[in-house]
Amino acid sequence: MRKNSRLPNLHNLGIHLRILLIVNLLAAIAAILLSKQFNEFLPLLAELSALVQPVLLLSMLGLYVLYPVLSKLKYWQGVVAIMALEIAFTSLVFIFINRFFTFESIPETYRACLLTVIVTAIVLYYFHLQERAYSPAIAEARLQALQARIRPHFLFNSINAVLSLIRSQPKRAETALEDMADLFRVLMSENRELVPLVKEISLCHQYLDLEKLRLEDRLKITWQINDMPSDAMIPPLILQPLLENAVYHGIEPMPEGGEIMVKIYTKLKELHIVISNPYAPKNNHQTGNKMALKNIKERLKLHFDLESSLKTDTKNNRYEVHIRIPEKV
Amino acid sequence: MPQILKILIADDEAPARNRMRDLLSDIEGVLVVAEASNGKEAIDLAQTTKPDVMLLDIRMPLMDGIEAAQHAQKLDPRPNIIFTTAFDAYAIKAFDLNAIDYLLKPIRLERLQTAINKAHTLKPLSIEALKPLQKIRSHLSIHERGRVLLVPIEQVIYLRAELKYITVRTTEREYLIEESLTHLEAEFGERFLRLHRNCLAAVDFIAGYEKRLNEANEAQWVALLRGIPETIAISRRQQHLVRET
Repeated sequence: MRKNSRLPNLHNLGIHLRILLIVNLLAAIAAILLSKQFNEFLPLLAELSALVQPVLLLSMLGLYVLYPVLSKLKYWQGVVAIMALEIAFTSLVFIFINRFFTFESIPETYRACLLTVIVTAIVLYYFHLQERAYSPAIAEARLQALQARIRPHFLFNSINAVLSLIRSQPKRAETALEDMADLFRVLMSENRELVPLVKEISLCHQYLDLEKLRLEDRLKITWQINDMPSDAMIPPLILQPLLENAVYHGIEPMPEGGEIMVKIYTKLKELHIVISNPYAPKNNHQTGNKMALKNIKERLKLHFDLESSLKTDTKNNRYEVHIRIPEKV
Repeated sequence: MPQILKILIADDEAPARNRMRDLLSDIEGVLVVAEASNGKEAIDLAQTTKPDVMLLDIRMPLMDGIEAAQHAQKLDPRPNIIFTTAFDAYAIKAFDLNAIDYLLKPIRLERLQTAINKAHTLKPLSIEALKPLQKIRSHLSIHERGRVLLVPIEQVIYLRAELKYITVRTTEREYLIEESLTHLEAEFGERFLRLHRNCLAAVDFIAGYEKRLNEANEAQWVALLRGIPETIAISRRQQHLVRET
């Protein structure tokens, strides 16, 4: 994870996207200010872009490469280092341009450097404000509020199922209570750091064993996890609530039950988790709240920003949730 | 001799039914006469076993407890209804407000005993109070020669108002129910189209439209239906439906 939490994470795609947007927006504003007539705007913007884009791209690349070093510095040291780097990048680009191209009205290099410093300051200030808004304390509080909650429906029905076993099958009742204890230990834990995917999956097995107790043969589950990376890390309780949803909306409303499918694989250095369950549009009274989904979406965003996604889809009478998160964090 | 109370248990989870049976076996003077895994099965079994008390779980597949309780009102003799639920805040609030009997799972022996002893049939007001909990029924119940028939709503081809009754047409036959077409349209509006002032036809069963001559020798649009030879005349006011398809 990040070492210097106050400097933006320059290994994050979302941060670079924002840098790109802010700088180009500033260039556009500059073009508007400089153009006397509207038809001058576009040529001016193109001219500015020709100078801005090389500096911008070089900066993004350079900062990405140097981020491991930068992240070890104190915040003010980091800022100074970034400023120095920016001046160096700008000078480099301008020396290069002056050598190989002839521009009509190229600004002097020191003026360009000054502008770069101003723009860099604006971008850094933006990230500073954003960091404050999403400060660890606030993000922590939000994560806490978003902590996955188990449905009371599941809790009480499970207790009821265990009670039914005590007289006839005390051994099974014991195992069930142990599974329940493990499940609730995780649910109530304060730990919101990433956990190994394998751990989350074993938790899901315990959860599904409990559901099997109630639903018996109606609940069928297929795991396609052979291609799963053994060392992947995910936010805790991402998978379990989705399975709970699948059971509640996909299995319980069906008299004959159905099959839940879980597929986990990596593609292009991203971890994909796909969960699908049978879905009958007829079940009008099952129009559940989207709480669990919204909750997971927000937690993914707090952990990975724009590098993760959660999509849902219904096709062939099946409801599918597809999660994509970066493999290495 | 004290009378034996006959009890029907309806729950989709076998362990929950087992637990209920265990508890009832500890109570004197009761007899479990049937166990059902959904509302429809409960109504079917209740016709032959004639229970005094029906213990209905709220959340069940195919037909839930709330709907089963409404259909149970047509049974003779009318059974007492006790709902059971693990958690359903919305329903519990309605039960409390309308003095409807219910038990929270996991159920305690003493509570079950009291509930069974004081259980009573649903009052008309309580039945009204149940309606908002169950937005759309899965079945229509038809009272016919002392029996209650359950017709799945997806088998209904059309509903036609005739004098006091509504004709319910399925591929096999016709049934009569005492309800209002307006209420049926409000409840099942997504499934049916109003083709005529007195007729709702299931969208899934409309095969197409055709212009035909009626008795007065006027050309008129009619809807052709899948599975049955009958057609339904479309009133002038609804002819835009033909153009929209």
